[in-house]
Amino acid sequence: MSNIDHDKVLEVASAWLDQGHKVALATVVKTWGSAPRPTGSQLAVRGDGEFAGSVSGGCVEGAVITEALDAIKDGRTRKLSFGVTNDQAWTVGLACGGQIEIFVEPVG
Amino acid sequence: MKRATLHALTTARLDGRPIVLATALDTGDEQVIDPTLAPKSPLDTAAREAALKDKSAIAEIEGRNWFLNVFNPPLQMYVVGAVHIAQPLSRMAALAGFNVTVIDPRTAFATSERFPGLKLITEWPDEALANIALDMRSAVVTLTHDPKLDDPALAAALRSPAFYIGALGSKKTHAARLTRLKALGFDDGAMARIHGPVGLDIEAQTPAEIAVSILAQVIARLRGAEA
Repeated sequence: MSNIDHDKVLEVASAWLDQGHKVALATVVKTWGSAPRPTGSQLAVRGDGEFAGSVSGGCVEGAVITEALDAIKDGRTRKLSFGVTNDQAWTVGLACGGQIEIFVEPVG
Repeated sequence: MKRATLHALTTARLDGRPIVLATALDTGDEQVIDPTLAPKSPLDTAAREAALKDKSAIAEIEGRNWFLNVFNPPLQMYVVGAVHIAQPLSRMAALAGFNVTVIDPRTAFATSERFPGLKLITEWPDEALANIALDMRSAVVTLTHDPKLDDPALAAALRSPAFYIGALGSKKTHAARLTRLKALGFDDGAMARIHGPVGLDIEAQTPAEIAVSILAQVIARLRGAEA
C-alpha cells in the first residue's frame, strides 16, 4: 500500500459513510520501542470488514479489525495494547519487539 | 468520532490547512483545534506545540489524557535554480514526502526533461514567490549563486515562517550575501535563519551527495534535531 493510501484514511472513511456504510476508526496513540507505524497512524474499518490504512504494517490488523467491528456494533470506544509484554491478552504480537496502544472508536 | 468532526478534519485537509484533533482517551470527547490561532486553553497550547513538532502524542491536561492527532498539510520545498544539484535534490525531497517546486526563469535549465514529474515555475523568484504563501511547512533552498535569483528568494523566505532556509555557496559567497541582505533591512537575528553554506558537513562531493547533505539538514530542522 502506498503512502498516499495511508494519508487518505479519513477521506476513505468519509466516503464510506456517504455511501451508507458503518465505519470505525483505529488510531495509534502511543508507541514504545521500534513500533512499525508512528503515533497518529490510522486504520478505517467498514461494517462489512473492508479496511483502509494501517496501524502496524500488518502485524495486528486482524485483531484490530475484529475490535473495530465490535465497536461499530456496540457504539463504544476501546483501547487496545499490543506488544511483547502482554502476549497473554493477545495471541497476536509485534514481531519487531515494539509496543503500541490503539484507540478504536465508531464514527458517526 | 462524530460525523461533524470527521467533516471538519477532511475539509481542513482539502484546503491544505493544518488541523489538530484532540480526543479524550477516557470518554472519547473531541475538540478540533486550529494550531495557527492564538491558544486560548492549555489544550490549544499543547495542540499547537504538537503541530509545530509534527508529532502526534498523548498530552495530560488538567488530569485527563488527550490524544493530539496532528494533520499537517504536505511539506513544501521550493528549489530556486534548476541547476545540476537541483536534479537529485528535487527527486530525493519528493521521495521524502515533499511537494517540490523548482523555480528558475532560465528556460534552458527549467525543463521537464531535466525535472520529470515536478512542478516547474519559469518566472523570476520574486514574482514566483509573490504568488506562493510560504508557511511553517515550507523549505526554501537557493542554488544559483546568482544574487539576481537567490537574493529575492531569500528575502521572501526571511519574511515568511518557512521552517528551513538554505543557500548554496562558499563561506565567502555567503558573507557577501549577508551584506547584501543587510542592506535590504534584515538584521543578524533574521539572517541567522539562513543555512549557509547549505547542508550538513558530510564532505559531500557529487551533486547527489550534496543533495543528501541538504535534505538531511532540512529533515533535522523539521524534526528538531541538533544539526
